[in-house]
Amino acid sequence: MRRPGRPSFAVLTCLLLVAALVPAAGAAPDDKPRAGGELVFIVAAEPPSFDAHREETFAMLHPGAPQYNTLMRVDPFDRTGTKFVGDLAESWTISADRRTYTFKVRQGVKFHDGSLMTSRDVKASYDHIISPPPGVVSSRKATYQSVESLDAPAPDTVVFRLKYPEASFMAALASPWNWIYKADILARDPRWYEKNVMGTGPFKFVEYVRGSHWIAKKNPDYWDKGKPYLDGFRAIFIPSSSAQVAAVRGERAHIQFRGFTPADRDNLVSAVGKKITVQESPWNCSIGATPNEQKKPYDDKRVRRALTLALDRWEGSKALSRIALIKEVAGIQVPGTPWATPPAELEKLAGYGRDITAARAEARRLLKEAGAENLSFTLVNRAVPQPYEPFGIWLIDQWRQIGVTVKHSVLETSSWFQALRNGEFEVAVTAPCNSIVEPDLDIHWFLTTSPVNYGKHKDTVMDDLYARQSRTLDPDERRRLLRQFEKRLYDEEIHFIMGFQWHRIIPHSSKVRGWTIMPSHFLNQQLDTVWLAE
Amino acid sequence: MSVYPLEHATASATLRRRLTAVEEVGKFIHAKPLGAAGAAVILAMLIVAFLARALAPYDPYTGDYELQFARPSLDHWLGTDEFGRDVLSRIMYGARIALFVGFTASVAGCSLGALLGVLSAYWGGRVDLLLERVMDILLSFPQLILALAIASILGPAVQNVVIAIAIPIVPRVARVVRAAAMSVKENVYVEAVRALGASRPRVVLQHIVPNVFAPYLIMLTAQLGSAILAEASLSYLGLGTAEPTPSWGLMLSGSAASYAEKAPWIAIFPGIAISLGVFGFNLFGDSLRDALDPKLRRG
Repeated sequence: MRRPGRPSFAVLTCLLLVAALVPAAGAAPDDKPRAGGELVFIVAAEPPSFDAHREETFAMLHPGAPQYNTLMRVDPFDRTGTKFVGDLAESWTISADRRTYTFKVRQGVKFHDGSLMTSRDVKASYDHIISPPPGVVSSRKATYQSVESLDAPAPDTVVFRLKYPEASFMAALASPWNWIYKADILARDPRWYEKNVMGTGPFKFVEYVRGSHWIAKKNPDYWDKGKPYLDGFRAIFIPSSSAQVAAVRGERAHIQFRGFTPADRDNLVSAVGKKITVQESPWNCSIGATPNEQKKPYDDKRVRRALTLALDRWEGSKALSRIALIKEVAGIQVPGTPWATPPAELEKLAGYGRDITAARAEARRLLKEAGAENLSFTLVNRAVPQPYEPFGIWLIDQWRQIGVTVKHSVLETSSWFQALRNGEFEVAVTAPCNSIVEPDLDIHWFLTTSPVNYGKHKDTVMDDLYARQSRTLDPDERRRLLRQFEKRLYDEEIHFIMGFQWHRIIPHSSKVRGWTIMPSHFLNQQLDTVWLAE
Repeated sequence: MSVYPLEHATASATLRRRLTAVEEVGKFIHAKPLGAAGAAVILAMLIVAFLARALAPYDPYTGDYELQFARPSLDHWLGTDEFGRDVLSRIMYGARIALFVGFTASVAGCSLGALLGVLSAYWGGRVDLLLERVMDILLSFPQLILALAIASILGPAVQNVVIAIAIPIVPRVARVVRAAAMSVKENVYVEAVRALGASRPRVVLQHIVPNVFAPYLIMLTAQLGSAILAEASLSYLGLGTAEPTPSWGLMLSGSAASYAEKAPWIAIFPGIAISLGVFGFNLFGDSLRDALDPKLRRG
């Protein structure tokens, strides 16, 4: 019974809650970017060089990208990473036959040394990528095989002419690796950018101390007026994942852009609560098993089909997403993106159905029919904890359930690569990884001529489907061809036993605003839109 | 000259009669209760390892994904791990790997070490000089560092772990046995059999080796605990057995640390198993040394 004359406990609690929430409400929905502050982010490895045209690692891209612009870029607020906007390109036109791309380049953009950027610099940078001079390494040269010519007819115009129409060409131009360098410097020394940093980007390079940090400050002459919002950033190099978690937990760093494990996310959230914001996204990397088709019985597609039928992907997704960087059950494209397989179609593929008992009975039947009833092999895996090891353990457990005995051989990365390249494996865990979500860029791994065709399959039908989908101008036709490619890859020939899509988890300080997670840790690293809340 | 009655002599002989095995065990328990406790732990480990198939409540390899991170309960006494595998069953099967690697590595390392020690002591001269310098080189590396280096060269596999653990044991045992063999070699009875024309192998195998068996046995029990710990360490560092094979060190490695707050039982129980196993062998080894060392033996 309530005593008269005393305010009730509930009323007092409500008043306290209102009092506590009023200032918080004023700060929390603050959508207006705030200028100032230094963003501190973690990079797990050291950059091998400073040249993005050459390198393939996030360790170089994360600290380096904010100092540069590209011609096109992925829309920094598009979670699918499939919308393209101009960066140094102000506008563009595409000819009716889709073979001529004409770009108007922004005027008045300055390099950090004060010189003006023109179309000549864009041409020189793309020449450096497409036709590198002797001694210069260009990692993505092959992506631009369709380019017939590249011209800069006026200081504000760049024209790309293609040998044939290519659906992915705009995506290729939005590659986060294609930094625009200064033409005069490239002319003097094509390898200057391997050891120096000088672009047109929102931040100016200050210093890099190996094993410690990389510092950059705001570019006050940045062409996009009002940006960047930050005064600067400091990248700190921390290889150990537990030390990375401790740094975010202890507010010594705001963010790590590559990704944390589910366990790390849970630990951070339970330790610091609302001070942490979690962004998650499907990751444009997949993990699966590649059978070596040069070895028996993996040259028999019944055996390969049995191995894919044994996997309970739907239950596996639930279980593994709690402990590993993998989650989505997917086809050849990241779920939720324009070319992704509709769920109803996905379930028609071998091993993607919901009736796992029937699938495993069929798997046993196929193994018996192929004379591989007591199949036993060694699964070669990479000694990288996430997500390779938990996935390997899960695979072995799944295959045991159709009577297949699997030994797990976990190799250090260089030995794993060596085993794959030399074909010294029966079945190996492999993980194709990409940046922009675009079929051309994502499925080239499975072509007969691909340097990463570790299973050594020969499939001219699939090669032809790839070329046709890439050159067609009709989106519906492209979609149809992609589904055919996927059916052949995962259902009919099973050159790759797809497991799951990776899942990117970024728990970061709630102070970090204006940054949107995307399906690749290579995308959206320019940091021009990022700001820090008070 | 004094004459002792015959009865007295007979009574003395009766007092020194040989003890039965049960009596010997009883005497050992009474004299060395800690050693007996260690022996009990070893016996329990052996029983669990040999009867794991019958004793383990679940298949250690099969994951129950509905039961990931299940707390210790009546169904799963020590809880389940991140794959929903029963931790108790994995510890029971893990005892097999621990004992197999521990015994084979210790026996191989100690036997080779003892053989080299005896050869070195008996032959002397250049053989001794050469063998001892090789032992010096091996001894200049800490035991685990040498095992790590060998394991990383050979690659992760059970047989490679045995080799990696056995090699660092060799010089340690060789030194101890060499010292004992040099002392035995100088005994008159060895000189006597040599004078009688016994061959070198006969002298070594029949007259020296049996007399250095006590230090060999002591080193063997002492190295067993270290070998179990080394196996766990190598597995922890990813150089031992590979998942999903149940191994105590492997159970502690990888993501177990990440789940220290969420599911501490994943790391705690394998840790206890390792500690208990090593502790058991060390206690037993110490007591055995005391029992076999004439200087420390009472009476």
